[in-house]
Amino acid sequence: MSSSFLQISNVKKTFTTPEGGEVHALDDVSLDINSGEFFVMLGPSGCGKTTLLRSIAGLEYPDSGTITLDGQRIDDLPAYDRPVNTVFQSYALFPHMTVGENIAFGLEMEKIEKSEITRRVSDALDQVKLSGLENRKPTQLSGGQQQRVALARALAKKPKVLLLDEPLSALDLKLRRGMQIELKRLQQDTGITFVFVTHDQEEAMSMGDRIAVFKDGKIIQLDTPREIYRRPVNSFVADFIGETNLLDGTADNLGVKVAGGGFIARELIAPDCQVPAAGQVTIAIRPEDFEISTTTGAISGIVRDVIFTGDSVRVHVDLGATEVVATLPSYGERVPDRGATISLNPLPQSARTVAS
Amino acid sequence: MSSTIAIAPKRRRLVNLRNFRGFRFISWSVLAFLYLPLLHVVIYSFNSSRIATIWESFSTRWYVKTLHNTDIQRALKNSLQVAFVATIFSTLFAVLAALGLVRMKRAGKTISWALIGAPLIIAEIVLAVGTLAFFIAAGIPLGKPGMMIAHTAFCIPFALLPINARLSQLEAAPFEAAADLGANEAQILRRITIPLLAPAIVAGALLAFAISIDDFITSFFIAGPGSTTLPVYIFGMIRSTVTPEVDAISTLLLLFSGIVLISSYVLNRRRR
Amino acid sequence: MTVAQTEKAKTKLKIEGRPGQTSPWLASPTVIFLFAVIGIPLAITVIYSLLDRAKIGMGVVWTFNPKAYKDLFVIENLDGTTGLDTRYLKVMWNSFKYSGITTIVTIVLSIPIAMWIATRAESKRNILVAAVTLPFWISILIRTYGLRQIIDDNGPIGWIMHKVGDANYHIIYTPIATVIGLIYVFLPFMILPIYASAERFDFRYAEAAYDLGAKRWTVFRRIVIPAIRPGIYAGIALVFIPALGSFLQSDMLGGGKTNMIANVIALNFGQARNWPFGCALSVFLILITLLFVWIIRKLGARTGTEVKLI
Repeated sequence: MSSSFLQISNVKKTFTTPEGGEVHALDDVSLDINSGEFFVMLGPSGCGKTTLLRSIAGLEYPDSGTITLDGQRIDDLPAYDRPVNTVFQSYALFPHMTVGENIAFGLEMEKIEKSEITRRVSDALDQVKLSGLENRKPTQLSGGQQQRVALARALAKKPKVLLLDEPLSALDLKLRRGMQIELKRLQQDTGITFVFVTHDQEEAMSMGDRIAVFKDGKIIQLDTPREIYRRPVNSFVADFIGETNLLDGTADNLGVKVAGGGFIARELIAPDCQVPAAGQVTIAIRPEDFEISTTTGAISGIVRDVIFTGDSVRVHVDLGATEVVATLPSYGERVPDRGATISLNPLPQSARTVAS
Repeated sequence: MSSTIAIAPKRRRLVNLRNFRGFRFISWSVLAFLYLPLLHVVIYSFNSSRIATIWESFSTRWYVKTLHNTDIQRALKNSLQVAFVATIFSTLFAVLAALGLVRMKRAGKTISWALIGAPLIIAEIVLAVGTLAFFIAAGIPLGKPGMMIAHTAFCIPFALLPINARLSQLEAAPFEAAADLGANEAQILRRITIPLLAPAIVAGALLAFAISIDDFITSFFIAGPGSTTLPVYIFGMIRSTVTPEVDAISTLLLLFSGIVLISSYVLNRRRR
Repeated sequence: MTVAQTEKAKTKLKIEGRPGQTSPWLASPTVIFLFAVIGIPLAITVIYSLLDRAKIGMGVVWTFNPKAYKDLFVIENLDGTTGLDTRYLKVMWNSFKYSGITTIVTIVLSIPIAMWIATRAESKRNILVAAVTLPFWISILIRTYGLRQIIDDNGPIGWIMHKVGDANYHIIYTPIATVIGLIYVFLPFMILPIYASAERFDFRYAEAAYDLGAKRWTVFRRIVIPAIRPGIYAGIALVFIPALGSFLQSDMLGGGKTNMIANVIALNFGQARNWPFGCALSVFLILITLLFVWIIRKLGARTGTEVKLI
């Protein structure tokens, strides 16, 4: 396994808006993707993740930089000569062809023998559990089925890298959950490198071996889902991945004094975080890392809302200057009432300082 | 609270804002206005009288006369020949133009659209006499070849309308998918673009055919002797003594248009 | 891996376009053909309008002479004096008048029918739209002939008029017949674009206006009409321009052979054999047409609607 199977180096892409402004879709992006990896590119819309995906596919040409796949430079190849295939967000099935013809199309372009094509089309349909639908037209299929055809069509080509551009965004939640598991299994079974673009952080975390978080054409953080969740590099990542309470404060020798009242002691802050001896800092605390303190806690305030969500209760606490959310178990422990004054403590070493 | 006084609500007519008074009457009158003249033509084609406006009795004699009129046969043949050639070439030119215009820029695009749109904007008589002058100056003989050229020119915008409309509706995704799956430009054109445009190309060709076969003014000026088209012939008939033969040939043409339209409609339905 | 390669990749998209986008050169056969068959005849029209007429027969003599334009307005009397010639001014004025009346009448008739069709159930709507579209597929010659038979003194209208006691009924071969013919032929060109706008109209706006206290006709005037304005503008362009250059209606229904501009052009390329004069009138008609296209576009732009002719 090569350590840099798909290598993206210093890729830049600038779009000109109709008003004449410039948008840096990709601002000097470098990235190494491993062979057989399920790699996720995550970010809000317009962050550059789709532009990078399309640059790998050859549907967009970067202004500068190189893309190398398996030792071969591909960024100057036309899309049809690249050994990668894409599952499009809109599926992009050919409306005038049957399911079978759609899947066969890519194989016909390779001048593969007819009998071999027939075999591979039926294998691909088996793989996505759509056997027997060869002769349907795409319009006769449900959204989920169309999605599978798009997947089969790309997989039939046995690409070195499969690019997936928000493929699940058009499906409803339940179908999406099912497809997430299926895609993950398919990736593990075939061993094909997947590059998956999404704006859904939950999807990214549940599927990716590694995640690159994009913002404004730059990669903000690249790591495993667990690391990104536990150690976000800045407040953007902390807020974008999962839910986070961000508290501004002033550091001193003992901890951080929260603006508007409260004090986070140093032992509550993760040891890998460098808390300065003085100056402004931002503290990030996940809602599930709070517990109710019976004595004087780190912070205290008035309960504004108590929202029951099944396995937990979300408690909105007004601290005066700001509001925090704490997720508490809905069973056992006493659930505070609306209007009550409560104190909250972060679990030891769970609070983090983050760059704003 | 033992007794309830029932107050009868004041009856108010429910206002339906989708209906305005008199619109239905105007609409039916307009439709009658559009179709009564055609109905008159059909009915009077079965008139036995020699005078087209005065009804005598039911007869099919004018159909018999029309079908045996060798001048009409010749004119019909000329019309069909011109229309077929004009349809094929104008559709071909329209497809090429539609595909090329997408990526054309600024001046080239403006000039191209101006040339294509000219027959729709400039009065036909102006282009007809201009073409006549051009043909004579260039030594192009009047008659069928000249008519084929002129008809092709003014049929192009009509053939282009549905093709261009369809092309602008197509999304980029299927083309990108085809490229992604290994198809080069020529393969995309043959396997994706042309099949997706096919219904619009058929519609454009049909429109071009209808425009060419119905054309009067251009043909009138550049037909020359011996290659009179059917509309030019009918115009001549109308100018001289009008017998119900005009009504008979007109009814046959109406029938022909009807058959073409219905068959294209059925074809379209089946495709879907 | 050289720098040149990256440069190549960069320009690649510019040259080849996005997948499926073909080379703009594909349009060149069409453009060249149309330049030859449309562009050159128009150029010849302009050039011939500035030349001398042939002494005998048709055609021109290659000497510069702007006389054709002078002839539009100036008459040379037999005694050598000159005066204002109102004949052609009158023809132009007639063309404007007939086209203008046609446009106004078609608007007035088309708004109700377009609104009425747009508010029918879908199945009925499709049939009605087909009924309005059908005349496009029928020869204008046959349609005009049918109308002539209807309004003829001996036709059904004449018969009814005589029955109701109007013994003097006679409109065939008068300007009125020309205008009726223009209305008849161009009515579908007005109905369809207005219908296209009316169909998109969301009647909840009308309900909201009614709810806010507007009367039914106020709703119509203040809410409905502005919504279908783009359709009306497109309709004006589609009716007025071809009506201005129409030939058949005044020829077949109007009687006189010199009622409208197109008839005078035809005459000068036919019996009168004065090509420069016919060309000068053509140039005049082209200029008026372009001016009108420009006006209707400006009008559309001012009210935020793009008037597209093709």
